[in-house]
Amino acid sequence: MKEEHQKGHGKTYKYGMVVDLDKCTGCGACMVACMAENNISFRKDDTNKLVSNFWMRVYKISNGLPFPDADISYIPRPCMHCEGHGHHHATPCVSVCPACATDYDHETGIVSQVYTRCFGCRYCMAACPYHARVFNWWDPRWPEGMEKYLSPDVSPRMRGVVEKCSFCFHRLQRARNKAYAEKRREIGEDEYQTACTEACPGGAITFGDLDNPEHKVCKLKDAPGTFRLLEKLGTNPKVYYTTTRDWVQKAADVYVGNEGNGVTPA
Amino acid sequence: MSATEEEKKQIVAEGEPAQKHVPGEAAPEPGKPGTWEFLIAIPVFILGVVVCLFVGWVLFPAVLYCEKQQPIDFSHVVHQEAVDEGCESCHFFREDGSFSGIPKLENCSQCHEEAMGEHPEETRLIDEYIEPGKEIPWLVYASQPDCVFFSHAAHINMAELSCGTCHGSIGESDHTRPYQYNILTGYSRDIWGWNIAGIKKNTWDRMKMDDCAECHEEKGTNNACFVCHK
Repeated sequence: MKEEHQKGHGKTYKYGMVVDLDKCTGCGACMVACMAENNISFRKDDTNKLVSNFWMRVYKISNGLPFPDADISYIPRPCMHCEGHGHHHATPCVSVCPACATDYDHETGIVSQVYTRCFGCRYCMAACPYHARVFNWWDPRWPEGMEKYLSPDVSPRMRGVVEKCSFCFHRLQRARNKAYAEKRREIGEDEYQTACTEACPGGAITFGDLDNPEHKVCKLKDAPGTFRLLEKLGTNPKVYYTTTRDWVQKAADVYVGNEGNGVTPA
Repeated sequence: MSATEEEKKQIVAEGEPAQKHVPGEAAPEPGKPGTWEFLIAIPVFILGVVVCLFVGWVLFPAVLYCEKQQPIDFSHVVHQEAVDEGCESCHFFREDGSFSGIPKLENCSQCHEEAMGEHPEETRLIDEYIEPGKEIPWLVYASQPDCVFFSHAAHINMAELSCGTCHGSIGESDHTRPYQYNILTGYSRDIWGWNIAGIKKNTWDRMKMDDCAECHEEKGTNNACFVCHK
């Protein structure tokens, strides 16, 4: 159901992503591109995963088998922009936020995060099953001179607030701006792409409107071998993964052995 | 508490008279103040209200807002007469759809490379800014916090609002008015509005989030956070 205060102008989008795990080499270019694009500051030692902030994080999983059957897979994980099910959608983080600092945009399908509204209770972090949200324990800092490279389109976060991947929403704002200047409302597939999609050297990430049959993601999401992380939780995420390896697909849904094929239909 | 202390207290309590009685006057009922107390209390209360209102409505805004003058006393009236395309002659859209906002020095020097008249402000513009090639540090009345995304293209081209809907009659001003900013937040006073109580008579009186949301609500435009936040 479309909320009354989000009527928009009729045309709605459902932006989402399909990540081909067989093409992902785990190089981390998406993480770097994301940090540069979204003014994410870094710490002296960002290998400390307890304090480092990433919007896009590449996880490494292994099948645990000895040589010659040993295999690994990398899983790039942005925010899943969960749609939820039913009347009120119930995106996990949105439903728990006491400050209305995050909402589900019915026009774009993007889950927002407003840093000036967030007061840092971190309920959303507890609610998110994907660890997609991170907390700013410190004010952002950049090495001297590097602040000149910050993007003016993304507001930097302050200490004490939660942040997360926004599907590079400012790029959609920019694309819209251009479209409006040309007096049109439609946004083309190539006009709005996330930074990680553009940075991936293997072309593993595809981004677009999941509802638009002309966009590549629309076909890819229905291809065999496509799944989503923790499908059984019913969060209805908009980030899809695809692989030919069965064990990867089972691991992504925390498959425990005696529960059928490990994938619950949405 | 020891027994002796308790005994002492009892003695003291018994020793006190139950009511003070002044001879020649009717004793007031217990718990009710006398008339003379009312006569003092009313003016004291009114005085208190007046003092509080004075502090809240006059002193506090004077302390809260600092004032600065614009670097050049600019006349929109004079320029409106000289240009052909109205506001868009200087405040235009760039090719990527972004809005130029306050014109850069380059824009001014297209006409003012050499003095066009004898106005002292123009002489100052040329001597202090155009000759040395220094950008004019204009103070932007409508400057929004960093977390705000505003698309001029969406409002001008698509919603077909006029500049005056949000900016009022600035295009008809003959002198630049002083720029006031909140010393706590650093934001321009135009955001909260010049009425300290936040009372709004025209659409351009305030530029708060509520004002954006109000218009979006009326026109049935999307009011999701990420429409205007970044």
